[in-house]
Order: sequence, then structure tokens, then C-alpha cells
Amino acid sequence: MTMMQKFLGAAATLALSTGAALADPAIIFDLGGKFDKSFNEAAFNGAERWAKETGGKYLEIELQSEAQREQALRRFAEVGANPIVTTGFAMSTPISEVAGDYPDTKFVTIDGYVDAPNVLTIGFTEHEGSFLVGMMAAMASKSNTVGFIGGMDVPLIRKFACGYAQGVKAANPDATVISNMTGTTPSAWNDPVKGGELTRAQISQGADVIYAAAGGTGVGVLQVAADEGILSIGVDSNQNHLHPGKVLTSMLKRVDVAVYNVMSAGDAMETGVITLGLAEKGVDYAMDENNKDLVTPEMQAAVEEAKAKIIAGEIKVQDYGADNACDVLSF
Amino acid sequence: MDFLTVLQVLDSTVRLATPLLLACLAGLFSERAGIFDIGLEGKMLAAAFMSAAIAAVSGSVWLGLLAGIGASLLLSAIHGLASITFRGNQLISGVAINFLAAGLTVVVAQDWFQQGGRTPSLIGGGRFAPIDLPLAKSLQDVPVLGPIYHDLISGHTILVYLAIALVPLSWWALFRTRFGLRLRAVGENPAAVDTAGVSVIGLRYAAVAICGVLCGIAGAYLATALQAGFVKDMTAGRGYIALAALIFAKWRPWYALSATLLFGFLQAIALRYQNIDLGGIVVPVQFMDALPYILTVVILAGFVGKAIPPRAGGEPYVKER
Repeated sequence: MTMMQKFLGAAATLALSTGAALADPAIIFDLGGKFDKSFNEAAFNGAERWAKETGGKYLEIELQSEAQREQALRRFAEVGANPIVTTGFAMSTPISEVAGDYPDTKFVTIDGYVDAPNVLTIGFTEHEGSFLVGMMAAMASKSNTVGFIGGMDVPLIRKFACGYAQGVKAANPDATVISNMTGTTPSAWNDPVKGGELTRAQISQGADVIYAAAGGTGVGVLQVAADEGILSIGVDSNQNHLHPGKVLTSMLKRVDVAVYNVMSAGDAMETGVITLGLAEKGVDYAMDENNKDLVTPEMQAAVEEAKAKIIAGEIKVQDYGADNACDVLSF
Repeated sequence: MDFLTVLQVLDSTVRLATPLLLACLAGLFSERAGIFDIGLEGKMLAAAFMSAAIAAVSGSVWLGLLAGIGASLLLSAIHGLASITFRGNQLISGVAINFLAAGLTVVVAQDWFQQGGRTPSLIGGGRFAPIDLPLAKSLQDVPVLGPIYHDLISGHTILVYLAIALVPLSWWALFRTRFGLRLRAVGENPAAVDTAGVSVIGLRYAAVAICGVLCGIAGAYLATALQAGFVKDMTAGRGYIALAALIFAKWRPWYALSATLLFGFLQAIALRYQNIDLGGIVVPVQFMDALPYILTVVILAGFVGKAIPPRAGGEPYVKER
């Protein structure tokens, strides 16, 4: 048990004893930690925005180990928190275990999938967003070789990789995509040293644009890419500002908007399945003053065109999550 | 696999093996003196944080390195106090240090920098820069030896060269000096050392302090040379791999070098190739990641030679019973 966890545990107990937590929403951050500059941080920003605008309070916990998942869910449900928002695909199983025991509590899983009457499943079409940044990578690459570095090797991250590879091939059929996963355990979300080393390995194989979908590990990827003078692509949150002028773009996944909407709806929210795609602006690519010199007008025009075509259904991006297969990339 | 690829993999091996080597030598000194130390991970983590934090604030990587060593020494002092002076259980003290470091670094980093448990990115003088050895550029075109010298030997940070220099130095200190003889004796038979009129407590504290300094350098290498800043849990189990390497090396400095290079090489291979095709048999990357531990178990089981730990290891010294 770490210090942080004790503090959070103490805070949760305090909330329990004062009884003030009734019907406040709760949020559970996954193992990457809420300040991963990426996925969990986006969720945190959404929750903070809700708290600031409504003056409401919410309960939170940062998971430190696998064993805490169910424990945290039950604790929040017992306190009366509603809805309980969770981030990360790994919460699917714990929620399906717990949800039946608390029929009046509403659970939200972002990235997971649970089929239960009181659970809202929020998914994103990461393959579409990754397709767009893949196109940009292929157009920005001079060596015709681009890289992908994933965090933990799970279907969700393969979905990113597969969409990215399709985008690369769409913009430049001759381009090569090098793909690596950091590891197969949750520590793969937080190993910037290994991420940096993978980046060097890909650079030595010729990659000059590298897309990192790896939580905290991505920080190391972006760092080494900036050091070695190649371009990188951030993920989930807008990471362009981490190394201005050296991050080509970021694949935005608006987890913050999803969390904000759910918390705003409160315990009256609808359950079921929501998929946020390009049309809903659930996924997108990031443009700001940090990368405006890197993205040429032709690049942006091509990406905008592809975006419109995907929304209109003219371009179909293969979804690894749906059929567990990827035609353009082997794992 | 062509020559250049081999060089790149070996280059990566050196970078990955350096923190393992430093931590392994740290454990070597401590365990040779009879103090088991599973707190290597925690000390590296604390050092990584302090070195990055001070380097970020002061802009000087050398001040950062000193601060990192200081943080690691402080944890060593706690370990020494608990396990030498108060004769506590060395394993429990080590575990406590790991947890303490994992939690404290994030909390303190959040308090100081408000960046969610990480330090600001280090720039310029806040990082160790790679060193180009003399003549590296001009010899680059010499066949075979040129690229080896330019790509593999030259171009690392000073801490890499320091770590490698520490191997013969440790060997000399442990096996060719009076201090080393006494230090090893304290790990084998402290009563005999005590009878000879030499302070067991003093020697053990000295060993634990050396361990702290080396772990400090290892942590600083992670945060200020390989990366540019601290991220929570950035040691990612390297302290434990170093412990495995220590057993694999049978508590000897030169073996420690080869063991950590081997483990670093396995990691580098795993990073470079996701799956390795060995004439029909595909070796998955997970197997490569697990191989250091498997090899250690094989060594411990006595299949390949025998790994005998220092006899008095783990035992607090009590003068009279």
C-alpha cells in the first residue's frame, strides 16, 4: 500500500463518516494514474470541469493494484456514490461481478464492455482517430517508415495500431509500419525508459514518425523522439505542448467530454452502450500553435477529406476490437 | 541480422545493463557484508526522483546526481538502522523501503511541482549528455572496428563509463584490500571479525553506505541520462532484476558485469524483435522478458554451478548470546 493510496483511502473513509457523499459521482482511475498526461488525465480533467462548473463534489481513487478494482467499486457503491465512473478496459470483469449486487447504482465503463441493465458502456472509435494520425504520419515521413509503440499488449491497443497502420497505407501504400508493444503487464503503462529504448530501436530501423499509445510510457517515447530529432504523435490528451514543434499531432480521445457528460447527467443518466466517433467528436486529431508549422495545408486537407469520408461511411476502417484481426499489420 | 543491427542491439544492451550493473554492484557490497537488501528498487526510485527534482530546480545535473545519492543514502541509513543497530528483519526493512519510496516520491513530487507526481522535463545542463570519445568521428570509416568504436563504445553518458570502471574497482576493493577482506569476513563469520578486534557494526554500515551511493547513481542514470525527468514507478522492477543478476553472478563483480550484460541483452533483443523465429519455433516476447528470472531459478536450483550466498547473510550480529 503506498502513501497516496492511504491518503485517498483516508479521504474516502472521511467522506463515508460525514455522510456527505450521498449521490455524489465517483471516479476510479486505472493503473496508469490520473496524471498520466494521457487517458486517465483526460478523465480527471472532465471530472474537474464538472466540479468547477457545478460546484459539485466527486469521490475518486487511483488504483494501485489489480486486487483493488472490485474493492474500490464496492466501497463507492456502499457509500452511495452514483454514478460510478471507471476508466480502462480492465474494469469490465469487476463491474460485471459487482453491478448485480447494487441494482440502484449506475456504473460507467469507459473502454470496457459490460452487458448489465445498470451499466453504461462508453466506447470510442480509436481506430478512426488513429487512421487520421496515421495518414499524417505517412505524409510527414521522409524515410517512408513510421513507428507505433503501444503500452500493454491488449486488443484495445491493437485497435489503435491497426487503425494507424491503415491510415499510413491509405496515404502511402509503400510505407512501412514498425509496431512494438512495451509489455504484457500493467507496468507497461508506466515504463518511460523502456519506451525510450523502443523508440531508439525503431529509429535505428528507419522510423522518423512514431505514434505512442502507451499512457505514461509514451512520455519516454515523445522525449527520445524529440532528443533524436524525429516527430512523434501523442495520444488521448493533447500532448503537442510536451515538446513544442516536435510532436506532429495527438490523437484526441475525448474521455474528458464523456466523463463530463456522465457526471452532468448524474444518477438520472441513461445506461446502455454509447460509441463516440469522429462525427460526435469523440476522437479527433489535435491542431494548435505548437504543431501548426509541422502540418502542411495539403496534409490537413487530405485528413479533413478522409474524416468526412469516414463519417459518411465511404471509408471503412477495420476495427481490431470487432473481429480480432488486422489485414495490414501482424502482431 | 546485419552488422549494423547487431551493433544497435549491443548499444541498447549497454544502456539497459548500466542501471542493472550499478544496482547489482550495490547489492553485492551490501550482501557480501551480510546485509540482504531487497530495497534496491526503492533506493533507485528515490534517487531517480531526487536527482530529477534537484536537476530541474537547479539546472545542474551534477547537483542532481549528488541529491540522488543523498536520497539513496538516507534510505540506506534507515535500512542500516533497522537491520544492523536494531537487528530487525532485513527483508521486511527492504520491503518497507520499497513501499516508502514508491509512495513518497509521488506525493513529494506532486507537492513540489504540481505535475501529478512527475518532475518537469529536464533540458540542457539538467541532463547527462552523451560523450564522444576522442577520434570517434575520424575513425568512423575504418572497417569493422570503426563502427564498433563509434557506435558502441563512444557516445554514452559518463555514468555508463563510470559503471563499467566500477567493476574492476569493486573487485580490487573486495579481494585485494584489507577493507575488502574484512567486509567479506563480516558476511561469512562476523564473530571471527569481532574477535580480531574489528567493528562488525562499522563494517556493515560502510557496506550499506556504499550500496546507497551505487543505487543513487543507478537512479540518477535512469532519470537524468536515459530519460529527462522522473515519472512514478519509473524503475519498473529493475531493482529486482538486479537482485536476480546478483544471484546469477554468484556475488562476484566480474560475473555481475556479465550477468547484467546478459540480462540487458535479453531485454534489448525483446525490444527489437517482438517474436523471434528460430527455424520454425517462434519464441514469444513474453518468454524473453521472463528469461532473466527463469535463468536465476535454474542457477538457484543448482543445474549450472552453485550459487552460495554469504553464510551470515540475513543474520543480525549479536555479540553475546
